[in-house]
Amino acid sequence: MLNSWFPNVQWDVVLEATKETLYMSAISVLVTFVLGLALGLALYLTAPGNLWENKFFNSVIAIIVNVFRSIPFIILIILLIPFTRFIVGTMLGAEAALPALIVGAAPFYARMVEIALREINKGVIEAAKSMGATNTQIIFKVLIPESTPALVSGITVTAIALVSYTAMAGVVGAGGLGNLAYMEGYQRDNADVTLVSTVLILVIVFVIQWIGDRFTTALDKR
Amino acid sequence: MINLHSVRKVFQTKDGEVKAVDTVDLNIKQGEIYGIIGYSGAGKSTLIRILNMLERPTSGTVTIGGKNMSELSAKKLREARQEISMIFQHFNLLWSRTVRENIAFPLEIAGYPKDKIKKRVDELIDLVGLEGRGGSYPSQLSGGQKQRVGIARALANDPKVLLCDEATSALDPKTTDSILDLLVEINQKLGLTIVLITHEMHVIRKICHRVAVMEKGKVVEEGDVLNVFKNPKESITKDFVKQVTEPEETVDTIKQFIEEFPEGRIVQLTFVGGRAGQPLITELIRNFEVDVNILQGKITQTQNGPYGTLFIQIKGSEAALSYAMEFLDSVQVEVEVIHNA
Repeated sequence: MLNSWFPNVQWDVVLEATKETLYMSAISVLVTFVLGLALGLALYLTAPGNLWENKFFNSVIAIIVNVFRSIPFIILIILLIPFTRFIVGTMLGAEAALPALIVGAAPFYARMVEIALREINKGVIEAAKSMGATNTQIIFKVLIPESTPALVSGITVTAIALVSYTAMAGVVGAGGLGNLAYMEGYQRDNADVTLVSTVLILVIVFVIQWIGDRFTTALDKR
Repeated sequence: MINLHSVRKVFQTKDGEVKAVDTVDLNIKQGEIYGIIGYSGAGKSTLIRILNMLERPTSGTVTIGGKNMSELSAKKLREARQEISMIFQHFNLLWSRTVRENIAFPLEIAGYPKDKIKKRVDELIDLVGLEGRGGSYPSQLSGGQKQRVGIARALANDPKVLLCDEATSALDPKTTDSILDLLVEINQKLGLTIVLITHEMHVIRKICHRVAVMEKGKVVEEGDVLNVFKNPKESITKDFVKQVTEPEETVDTIKQFIEEFPEGRIVQLTFVGGRAGQPLITELIRNFEVDVNILQGKITQTQNGPYGTLFIQIKGSEAALSYAMEFLDSVQVEVEVIHNA
């Protein structure tokens, strides 16, 4: 029955494309989380009145983050071609999409991390200081645990943005469901392929949102 | 124990320099409860933060337990801070940690092993009366319970000094009293020096041995709580003392009384220490040809003894009245004639 409704869909190809999308999303979310957290912490800590207050570093990091966050993703992919070639060795396939995905998403997440950290009550940091905590202890025992729900909901939003980025990356040769929808669906005029790819991307997005919401609620003890 | 010498703290703002703390000298003894009172903006918050170097003084020296606080290296300062704990108006608990984990926090920072932490946390939960609440999160506790967690956390490292930053200002009167009782209890049990700042004279009256009054960054008056109550010099101190000795409606009540019954004398008596317990009025009526009418009165307990004020109306012949007044003066009760018909 599936074949009569979707005559042009090759299910083994769809499966392969789904795996590629999941692979690109998973790796890029992981690296974005680590990189974005580090950048976000740096932004927060170097801001005026905070632990590592430093005007120079703060503005340098802020500029980098703003620049990369503002470049439209499709243009970022093209700008990063030389960089990607140098690191991955090719411009084709799922791996080749990763540098652009991460460079595009990490600054986005870094801003969300910064906002999450700014929400922390300054009094709690003062209390930790009054107990003789080192800066490292304050970061790992106060800042990160106290902002966890916001960090998780932030990475959920970022992950969903990354899924749509992978679809865009697909159009320029990275594989995945975006690639399938464009090459097999749009270019060959197979509406059923486009439809199936879209539905699968939607399913992935909904699952990510559901998992993210569950974690955020479970972690929030306020 | 704690010595402040010419401590100043100046903030640079857009509108120029602000002297938050202006040349303050203090000497706080081991084991005493020392109160600093002032209205908001008087500089007391800054002053208490200078004690543990959360704020660095612009000039002057702070010595605690023989250590010059502003000259300590970063590492030595962190070690010193483990002996100078602090509790806060808004508790400042970690909401992501349970009560037990919050109390364990300073122990983790100090690098205690897990089994020792567990034992110590159990002791502290008992000490502050939070049995059975160890697994709760701060959001599930009342204000008073949160402050108990704050106190347990502050005591975890066996500090020598406890700094209280408006510790009861966010609590209702009943909870305030239970927290103050707890502070007195740990002061006596553990012999720890407590420095507290507040804007409520009630807090000073109830638990402090000595008090400093702050206004515009300066300490304007200082001394034993009872002496300050008995003989406030500055007008700001008089206002604070009135907060606890005179019920709010006193002035109106007396005024109204004078209008209705203008005869005789209306006198305010101030009793200090043991005197507050003596049957003075009985003696007055028995020994002199006067009628006494009690208008209003209040006796207040302080850490150094009772303190009270009484408003009475005395009626009688001129001669009897002057004898009665002489008697009152002779028994070391302070007498102030408010109205003389």
